[in-house]
Amino acid sequence: MSILKPHTTAVAQCYHCGEACVDTKVVADGQAFCCSGCKLVYEILNENDLCAYYDLNTHPGQGQIANFREDKFTFLDNDDIKSKLITFSDNEKTHLTLFLPQMHCSSCIWLLENITKLNAGINYASVNFSEKEIYIIYEQKVTTLRKVVETLASIGYEPQLSLNELGAKNTNKLDRTRWYKIGVAGFCFANIMMLSVPDYVTFGGTIEPLIATFFKTITLLLSLPVVFYSSTEFFESAWKSLKQRYLNIDFPVALAIAITFLRSLYEIFTHTGGGYLDSMSGIVFFMLIGRWLQSRTYQAINFDRDYKSFFPIAVNLVKDDKTTPVEINKVAVNDIIRLHSNEILPVDGILSRGRGNIDYSFVTGESNQVDVNIGEIVYAGGKQKGGSIEILVTKAVSQSYLTNLWNNPIFHPKTETKANIYDQISKHFTNLVLLIGLSAGLYWFDKGEIHLMWNAMTTVLIVACPCALLLSKSFTQGNVLKIFSLQKLYLRSADVIDGLSKINHIVLDKTGTLTEENTNNIAYHGEAINAEDKKRVASLLSQSLHPYSKAIVDLLDIKSVEEIQDYKEVPGAGIEGWIDERYIKIGSSVFVGNSKIYDTQGSMVYIKIDQQILGAFTIKNKYRQGVPRLLAELKADYPIAILSGDNDQEAHFIKTMLGDDNEILFNQSPFEKLTKITSLMNDQHKNVAMVGDGLNDAGALKQANVGIAIANQTHNFTPASDAIIDAHSLVLLPRFIKFAKISQRIIIGTFIYSSIYNIIGLYYAAQGILSPVIAAVLMPLSSVSIILISYFWVHWIGSQYFKTEQTK
Amino acid sequence: MTVIIILLIVSISIAGGFLILFLWSVRDGQYDDLDSPAERILFDNKTKTKL
Repeated sequence: MSILKPHTTAVAQCYHCGEACVDTKVVADGQAFCCSGCKLVYEILNENDLCAYYDLNTHPGQGQIANFREDKFTFLDNDDIKSKLITFSDNEKTHLTLFLPQMHCSSCIWLLENITKLNAGINYASVNFSEKEIYIIYEQKVTTLRKVVETLASIGYEPQLSLNELGAKNTNKLDRTRWYKIGVAGFCFANIMMLSVPDYVTFGGTIEPLIATFFKTITLLLSLPVVFYSSTEFFESAWKSLKQRYLNIDFPVALAIAITFLRSLYEIFTHTGGGYLDSMSGIVFFMLIGRWLQSRTYQAINFDRDYKSFFPIAVNLVKDDKTTPVEINKVAVNDIIRLHSNEILPVDGILSRGRGNIDYSFVTGESNQVDVNIGEIVYAGGKQKGGSIEILVTKAVSQSYLTNLWNNPIFHPKTETKANIYDQISKHFTNLVLLIGLSAGLYWFDKGEIHLMWNAMTTVLIVACPCALLLSKSFTQGNVLKIFSLQKLYLRSADVIDGLSKINHIVLDKTGTLTEENTNNIAYHGEAINAEDKKRVASLLSQSLHPYSKAIVDLLDIKSVEEIQDYKEVPGAGIEGWIDERYIKIGSSVFVGNSKIYDTQGSMVYIKIDQQILGAFTIKNKYRQGVPRLLAELKADYPIAILSGDNDQEAHFIKTMLGDDNEILFNQSPFEKLTKITSLMNDQHKNVAMVGDGLNDAGALKQANVGIAIANQTHNFTPASDAIIDAHSLVLLPRFIKFAKISQRIIIGTFIYSSIYNIIGLYYAAQGILSPVIAAVLMPLSSVSIILISYFWVHWIGSQYFKTEQTK
Repeated sequence: MTVIIILLIVSISIAGGFLILFLWSVRDGQYDDLDSPAERILFDNKTKTKL
């Protein structure tokens, strides 16, 4: 019996990215790195004198464990695709903007703006940090778009190119319009105020009529741009909502502006007064600033991902025996495209060559691979697990099955269709305000106080801010999202906070969730495996994504792998395939048909070559740091269930952590996990949170009230989930849930505050003693105060729950 | 007192000039990114950019 030595972990942290260094062989200049990718980036920086990158921040790099293929960016040589990405090009220089999601610190800015050192053809690089974009100017004669992208990828900032980029990106223009409007409104407002001073201040004596007329004319002229340019967004929004037969929050504002303007016109032309143009322009100016403040806050959190971002942007089109990369929009029906292993199908089609082995877990939630023969249909969204295949396209991108699924509201069954209480109140709020305004006006009209009547009506419309009511919810949630994301929990949308606060039952996956992916306590028991067989075993295992497969491949340390025929992976059981005329099966005891019992602790992975079971690898699961404490904290407040696809070798250990009241189920197939969650939700009426790794529990994640996917690299998007949590933040889960609960109370608190504010404001406004300008200031003031209150309240509570508060 | 009319015209024109400058700077992209310049000033050894 030979026993292979188990691995030991090195505790060193990678100098580049901060991940733990498992392999002690990757060293340079006395620094340890977790992988050759990180070391490569370091060496590139070192050669080019860019090591200040490491001085500005510790471990500023991104983990480089996944390297890119050499030909990954060939499609960027295609002129059509190039023209979509480029913003400007002439004979010499080309400008382009790329989105780099990995940007996260000042080191990134520094390094990226210095890439001129890494690629001689790049003349200028400028970073827009809040948008995570880089603006590059390069010389066409010296370098190409593809090389620029490769340069970025080689230092760890691979640009995210998706269909979004290929369409026109015009968000910039929209933001600038707001600036123009604010500038114009501010200019007019200030000057109108200046010209209105005589109306407020009379030291006895009157103004000459000529001068008075002149003032009024100029005031009128200045007010025109305000009404017809700066306030267009209010009118448009109010009009749109009117067409839908309801009144939104912009309606009172638009009404107030209109009334004030018309009333002022009337007064000026009938010489009955000076009008209220100063108030009107003040309203517009302060409202626009308030809106700008709001959008600034939203900019910080952007978790928008529509279906277009998920697909690869270019596919290999096969024509006349040649494969050329082609933009996805250009793929037409009856084209033939070629897909490599682990590439995602962008369109519906029919398999025309190769062996199809499609994983539809994204689409259906089941990770059973579908064997597809030539002539059978394959659907978009599936991932090809086998070798390369060719597909005959039957449906273009915009109509494919997956897009329908995603756009179909049934895909996200949990979104509440009933309007929640805040939206309902806001809807009636506008009507209420109009009612109050009207009745106040009528009251004063009755009393004969015309001046008070106009005052009352306009100020009531302005001062009552329904936006404060809405803001209390959206801002609090926005701040909560921000705090969560700082702690590496990313929610799909603000609604998930609601779902999270109602959780009363927790389900956890075991492998990959509670246990680390890098299991490094492996031992082998059984007959010796000769070198040739080791190679075969490693070749078979390297096809699989399962953490155990990866662990054993690492242990065997084989560099080159051979081709496998008939590769098949049965989730929860094992893998099998033919290599060199030998039939190899690797997996669980049942899968290989084992009868011997090995007396060891841990998960067993059996090796069977040609009907002979050679032995088994024992993998002792390494539980993540903090798991015992996590379970202890969770079980104090919630019933827990642990579902594992593994065997029950570790039942005892888990029971010591969980106690007797909670369920632990082993040998669960993905479908069984799904049914367990469904029964908890439907039969026991529980609100379930499920934490899994998304590999073989996508269906369960989708079904649960809140499905949380664990990720190591936080940019792995699992569309079936509601939230993504970084592996290191899993221990904070009980605090996340508590925080979500508290945030509901904060929302109520700010809501009450804004209600009181409104009531006091209305009290004075209805009496007509509030001047419109003051009302115009109070309105955005209420928004700003809500923003500030919710910000400080949420962050104060956040700092109590989460010790490490990092600033951006 | 009618001189005030001339004063007004002049002052509003000057203010208008400032408005135009503001709009020009917005169009030039000065307000597109308000965050990176804050980090950028803290770097040493700015490389010379050749345009």
